[in-house]
Amino acid sequence: MLEVIDLHTDLLLRGGTVRAVDGVSMRVDAGETLGVVGESGCGKSMLALSILRLVPTPPAKITGGRIMFKGKDLLALNDAEMRKIRGADISMIFQEPMTSLNPVVTIGRQLAEAVRLHQHLSRRDAADKTVEMLRLVRMPEAERRVHDYPHHMSGGMRQRVMIAMALSCNPKVILADEPTTALDVTIQAQLLDLMGQLQEKLGTAMVLITHDMGLIAENADRVMVMYAGMKVEEAEVNELFANPLHPYTRGLLGSIPHLELGSGADSGRKRLQEIEGNVPSLQNLPAGCAFAARCPHATAQCRELVPPLEQWSPGHWAACWHAAAGAA
Amino acid sequence: MTSCRKSLVARAQLVFGRFARSRLALAGLVLVVVLVATAAIAPLMGLQSPDEIDTLAMLSSPSSDHLLGTDDLGRDTFSRLIHGARVSLSASVAAVALAMLVGVPLGLVAGYVGGALDEGVMRMLDAVMALPPLVLALTIAAVLGPGMINGMLAIAVVAVPTFTRLVRGQVLSIKHDDYVTAARSIGAPRRVIIFRHVLPNAINPVIVQGALGIGFAIITESSLSFIGLGAQPPTSSWGSMVQVGFQYLELAPWLVMAPALLIFAAVLGFNLLGEGLREMLDPNARSR
Repeated sequence: MLEVIDLHTDLLLRGGTVRAVDGVSMRVDAGETLGVVGESGCGKSMLALSILRLVPTPPAKITGGRIMFKGKDLLALNDAEMRKIRGADISMIFQEPMTSLNPVVTIGRQLAEAVRLHQHLSRRDAADKTVEMLRLVRMPEAERRVHDYPHHMSGGMRQRVMIAMALSCNPKVILADEPTTALDVTIQAQLLDLMGQLQEKLGTAMVLITHDMGLIAENADRVMVMYAGMKVEEAEVNELFANPLHPYTRGLLGSIPHLELGSGADSGRKRLQEIEGNVPSLQNLPAGCAFAARCPHATAQCRELVPPLEQWSPGHWAACWHAAAGAA
Repeated sequence: MTSCRKSLVARAQLVFGRFARSRLALAGLVLVVVLVATAAIAPLMGLQSPDEIDTLAMLSSPSSDHLLGTDDLGRDTFSRLIHGARVSLSASVAAVALAMLVGVPLGLVAGYVGGALDEGVMRMLDAVMALPPLVLALTIAAVLGPGMINGMLAIAVVAVPTFTRLVRGQVLSIKHDDYVTAARSIGAPRRVIIFRHVLPNAINPVIVQGALGIGFAIITESSLSFIGLGAQPPTSSWGSMVQVGFQYLELAPWLVMAPALLIFAAVLGFNLLGEGLREMLDPNARSR
């Protein structure tokens, strides 16, 4: 459905050029959920913004690659054609529900904006469709809520509105950029559940960007792990959790806190596992593997040469010189 | 999870309550309302004609016949003041409205589109703002020639840069807000984003500046009329009245003091009103 081939997005900053998205390729098919995991600053949001060509263009610039959707390269389209795709074929859900809605416009009008733009519905039809969408995202009292302003709603409700907005024109792909990070866990569960159901119903492909491995485990079909702007591992979800090949992935999985009941002096009290060190400054990437400085298995080869992404078992790719050792 | 919408009355009370908290702002509002209302109903007030010449009564002091005396042609000062209010106030409001009509869209587009357009607009504004506003207005009016319309145009030209820079500053910060990105992500074209999403969020300081701008416009219009460039006889504004009365400062001081006092009151009123609006519209104001 959507295939990104060797995408490069650079940030031209005063201190140097940052390769925010550094040769990333990915694909997602209809009805499938691709999870994109990584810590803050690894480029996952920039990847999503690049797909829709929404990167803030003075500092950022898409410098290479192709984004194939419906047989066309999105990077080759002009503005008008791209605007037709945004919202109608590919739409995005943002992280911060508190600021993603215009504070001075009712949510009904904001919701209607997408359908009026793409489906050219009359005001009345759009209003009906808006209420229908709100019901779809299980908003109570939808007909009344349509006239509310964003500040009348809680974060969870606003995110439902954003989900409704993203789905209003039945897009083929949804890019969900940390859609529940700003909300509490119970709402998180409800919303992801909702999105899953709608996805099933409408056959939408979803790219779920998050830093929460738990969400990935529950909701993704395949997962890709990003680090310092590059993809370092990709696998089907169960395979990734059972058999992580890249040391970074293993670090991520290892750092998930576990609740354990035990007996005796250290019942349930285990020190949180961490990944030592920090992400290198993207303006000053070291030669070789970007993770080498923090990797317990790093060798001279790792510090000199960037490992390519290779398939170590069917459907499982990793960018590590020593992935085989890890798989053992 | 019930809706927390308050009734219209309650919301209005909240908003205007902030305004009403300042006695100065209320004073400003009262001044403005009184002046505008008086100017508006002037023809219905049954006053003596402001243009009726009665040379026998010239330069008479305030009396029961003429509440504020007469000028050198025997015209009733009080009546001229009130009719002058119509001229001064309407010209000032019109000039500011024109400045907003030109300046706000200019600032919106320059701020949102950026690049060469923004640079070009800003440099043009710099050129206009390099000259003292009153001097520039006088010069423009002199070039255009005497007359009320030309005076208004001159004032508008001088007032445009303030509005443009104000709006542009707001736009520069708003255009990076999440809801603008969200609007772009659903494919909204630029003009929809600028006028439906950016403009309503940028408009508050413009409203405040509008009130303050009217104060500036009144002074400038009076100055223009004082030197003969604005209102032309028989139309007379407060500025023209000051010009006439100036010649008789020793004989009939009320001829200068009355219009001058009203100019002062009007400008004070609009300035206080502007400050009150700023308090009312500022989302960061502390609420008691």
